[in-house]
Amino acid sequence: MSKLETADTTIIRPTSELDLGRRQMFRVAGMTTLSAAAIAVLGGCRSMAATPMASEGDVNTLNVALGLEHEAINAYQLGAESGLLQKPVLDVAVQFQSHHKQHRDALVAAIKSMGGAPVAEKSMDDYAKELNAGALKSQADVLTLAAKLEKGAANAYLGVIPSFESKDLAQVAGRLAADETMHWTVLASALKQALPEKALTFGA
Amino acid sequence: MKRVLIVVALLAFPTAQARAEGDPARGQEIYESRCIACHSPDANRVGPMHRGVFGRKAGSLPGYAYSKALKGADFVWNDETLDRWLTNPQAFVPGQKMNFKVTKAEDRTDLIAYLKTLR
Ligand code: HEC
Repeated sequence: MSKLETADTTIIRPTSELDLGRRQMFRVAGMTTLSAAAIAVLGGCRSMAATPMASEGDVNTLNVALGLEHEAINAYQLGAESGLLQKPVLDVAVQFQSHHKQHRDALVAAIKSMGGAPVAEKSMDDYAKELNAGALKSQADVLTLAAKLEKGAANAYLGVIPSFESKDLAQVAGRLAADETMHWTVLASALKQALPEKALTFGA
Repeated sequence: MKRVLIVVALLAFPTAQARAEGDPARGQEIYESRCIACHSPDANRVGPMHRGVFGRKAGSLPGYAYSKALKGADFVWNDETLDRWLTNPQAFVPGQKMNFKVTKAEDRTDLIAYLKTLR
């Protein structure tokens, strides 16, 4: 039984608690090296990055995350170069882009430390087409796109948390989600969008 | 072992098929908050584009770099396969790279109803 399915309560409900507990322990023991290495890198302490011990699933998930960060960086670049953003909004966009660059660098380092190959960035033209940048006509259009991508990214990071074999990487995904949520909140407020009336609207 | 557990789980908890008909408008709302980071109807982004996905062979778009697992999959996207994928992609296609689950059956049904409209 794979670790991912072990984590899925709907599927494992009929198994005994005891059985689950043992698997869990086994998994934690096996994952320690990987976590130490990747987390050291994600935490900015490269020298602690130890022997890579790749979990292919986790590397894949980090690479999907890296793809999101590449796209976010380019989306803000398109916004900044569009001439549609005025100060102080432009400065905030540049600051958010710099957060995404830091996410990217941390993810690239973590993927490498796990023996994986980081996915490459596409060209600006590709991102412009994918994001339909030609349709952006005003500052509000740019902010609306950014808000949609940031909220989506927060939800994506929250959604992949249960799939990580390493709990430490799962925590990193939570921290990334927190940054994206911070961005979304600022953008939504700049757009004068109401905050959600209900709680727990993210990640569901 | 794995198979047996899944079968037992399915027998004990007949889940999934909550409502026959999904609500595509609600499905679109969910899509735009939960799928949009990675997917768009008309562009391959972090995930493959979704226009025409219903009835398409899994992992078959030419311009998108699928995982080996999904590229090698031999099934077509329909109500059942989409429901299984969204419930737990890794259990359905081990080695896939989406790793994103939709836990509520109702949400999946509505999402699938929306995906059907992307013709
Ligand atoms: C974190 C990014 C991410 C999120 C969020 C995400 N997906 Fe995906 N999706 C992917 C990736 C990556 C693939 C390709 C998987 C592979 O190649 O193994 C994929 C593949 C798919 C496929 C198969 C398409 C094909 O051409 O065979 C479907 C269907 C799909 N996703 C539906 C959804 C739906 C519906 C949602 C929202 C509930 C969603 N995805 C959310 C990343 C994501």
